[in-house]
Amino acid sequence: MNSIRKTDAAEAVVFDLAAEKLRQLNAALQALGPGSNTTAWRILNPRGEHAIAVGVTAPVSVRIDGPVGYYCGGMNDGAAITINGNAGPGVAENMMSGSVHVRGDASQAAGATAHGGLLVIDGNAAARCGISMKGVDIVVKGGVGHMSGFMAQSGNLVICGDAGEALGDSLYEAKIFLRGTVASLGADCEEKPMTPADRALLETLLLRADCDVDPAGFRLYGSARKLYHFHVDNAGAY
Amino acid sequence: MCGIAGLFLKNRALEPELGAMTAIMLNVLTGRGPDSAGFAVYGDSIPDTVKLTLRADRKFDFGACAGALGVTVTIRDDHAVLSVPITRATEIRAALGRDFPEVTAVAVGTRMELFKGVGLPADVASRFGLATMSGSHAIGHTRMATESAVTIAGAHPFSTGPDQCLVHNGSLSNHNDMRRRLIREDMTFQTQNDSEVAAGFLSWRLREGARLDEALRDALDALDGFYTFVVGTETGFGVLRDPVACKPAVMAETEDYVAFGSEYRALADLPGIGNAHLFEPEPGRVYFWERPVESIH
Repeated sequence: MNSIRKTDAAEAVVFDLAAEKLRQLNAALQALGPGSNTTAWRILNPRGEHAIAVGVTAPVSVRIDGPVGYYCGGMNDGAAITINGNAGPGVAENMMSGSVHVRGDASQAAGATAHGGLLVIDGNAAARCGISMKGVDIVVKGGVGHMSGFMAQSGNLVICGDAGEALGDSLYEAKIFLRGTVASLGADCEEKPMTPADRALLETLLLRADCDVDPAGFRLYGSARKLYHFHVDNAGAY
Repeated sequence: MCGIAGLFLKNRALEPELGAMTAIMLNVLTGRGPDSAGFAVYGDSIPDTVKLTLRADRKFDFGACAGALGVTVTIRDDHAVLSVPITRATEIRAALGRDFPEVTAVAVGTRMELFKGVGLPADVASRFGLATMSGSHAIGHTRMATESAVTIAGAHPFSTGPDQCLVHNGSLSNHNDMRRRLIREDMTFQTQNDSEVAAGFLSWRLREGARLDEALRDALDALDGFYTFVVGTETGFGVLRDPVACKPAVMAETEDYVAFGSEYRALADLPGIGNAHLFEPEPGRVYFWERPVESIH
C-alpha cells in the first residue's frame, strides 16, 4: 500500500524542461525498468505543460517543481509523483498504482477513472474530483467542487473541507468521507452509518496522506443503490 | 477549445509592458485557438475625444478617409483608429456609414481599441503591433471555430457598447432567442455569433444602469449554455464561468496585476508569477476588479 514517499533531491536526476523537451522526459521515464538505479527524478520549469510524467511504470520518485497543466501523472503505475505547485485538469487520471501528491490546488477531474494508487491534494480540488474512479484512494485536504465522485465505482474519496453541489451523483460502490459541509447530494447518494471498519479505513487513509485531521469529524456517504436496476415506476419515462 | 488571456494592471509602472505581456500570453494559447485572434487594449484617453476602431480591406485608404472627415488616424494593418472630437462623434459615424460603406465599425470608446484578424495569434498580434501597445488592461482571445465560420467577424473580442468588450470560451444555446429579445431593446448585432449575444446582453444591462458585476450576475440567469467570459469596461475587468464550468480557467493575482489564462501556461511568463496567488475561478461566481476613475488618465 502506497503512502507519500519523500524524494531525496540530493541524488535525483535533474531534468530542466526549459532546456529539454517534454517528450524526451516522458520517453526517459517510461523506459525505466523495475530495477532502474535512477530512482529519483526532479523536474524543473514545468510551466504548466501538459502530460508531464505520464505513463510511468517504474517505482521511482518524481518531483516536479512548479505548476503543471493537463493530465500530469496520468496512467501512473507505481511511481511516487510530487507536484510542488498547482495541477491542471485530470491530474493522475487513470492512475493504476503508486502515488501523486499535489502540494497546491488541483483543477477539475482530479483522479478521473483512476484504478488504484493514492492521490493526495494538499489544497482544494475543483469540480468532478474522482469522477468515475475505479479503485483509487483520493485524499483532499481542502474542499472539492461540484459533481465530485460522479459515477464513482470503487475506491475512497476523503474530503477534509467542504463539497460542492451534487456530491456522489450516480454513485456505485466508492466511499466518500466528508468532514465539512456538502452543498447538495447527487442522485442516489446518501449518508451511511460509519462502521468501525469504515473508521479504521479512514484512519489509514489519513495516515497514508500524512493528514493530521481528527477522523471523528467525518461523515460517510455511499450509494443508495436505487439506480442499479430498472424500476417499473419509471417505465413511462422511456 | 479557444483560449483567453486577460490582464488587468494595478501597478501603473507596468502599463508600457501591457501589450508585450498580452502578446506572449496569446501566443502560448495558439494550441487552443489557431484560427483567428483578437484583443482589446485600454490605453490612454484624450480629453473630449473618442476612439473609433475601424476595419476595411487592406487596399482601403484610411489616410484619405480620415482626411476627408477632418480627423486624425492611426493605421494598424487593416484596422484604423480615428481620434474624433466628442462633439463630432455622431456626425462622423453617420458620415462613415454613408460615405464609406466598405468600412466596418469595430469598436468605440474613450480608451478601448480593438483589433482582430484571421491567422495564428502571433501573426495577428504582430500585424497590429500589440507588443508595442500600452494601457491599463487588455483582453485577448485565440479562436478555434466550432459554431460559425473562420472569419474576422467571428473572431473575438466582441464589442457592443462604448469601451465594452467580451471574449468567450464555450457556446450558448439560447442565443437566438436572446438576440431577438435584445433587438427589441434596441440593441444591434453585426453577426449571428452566439458570443456577440453575450456581449450585447451585458451592454444592455450596463445601458440600463447596472454595474459590470451586476450585469454579470444577471447573465447567470439569462444565458444558457457553457461559457467562460472575460469582459472589459473603461475601468473594469470581470470574469464569469457558467455553473457547470467545463471550460478551463486559471487566475493569478499579485500586488501589480490580475491575470486570466485558459491555462496556467499562458501566465507562466508574467513577472512575479512564482509568488502570485494562483486560483481557479469558481463556477457561477462573479469576479470583478475596477480601477478608481481618477487613476485613469
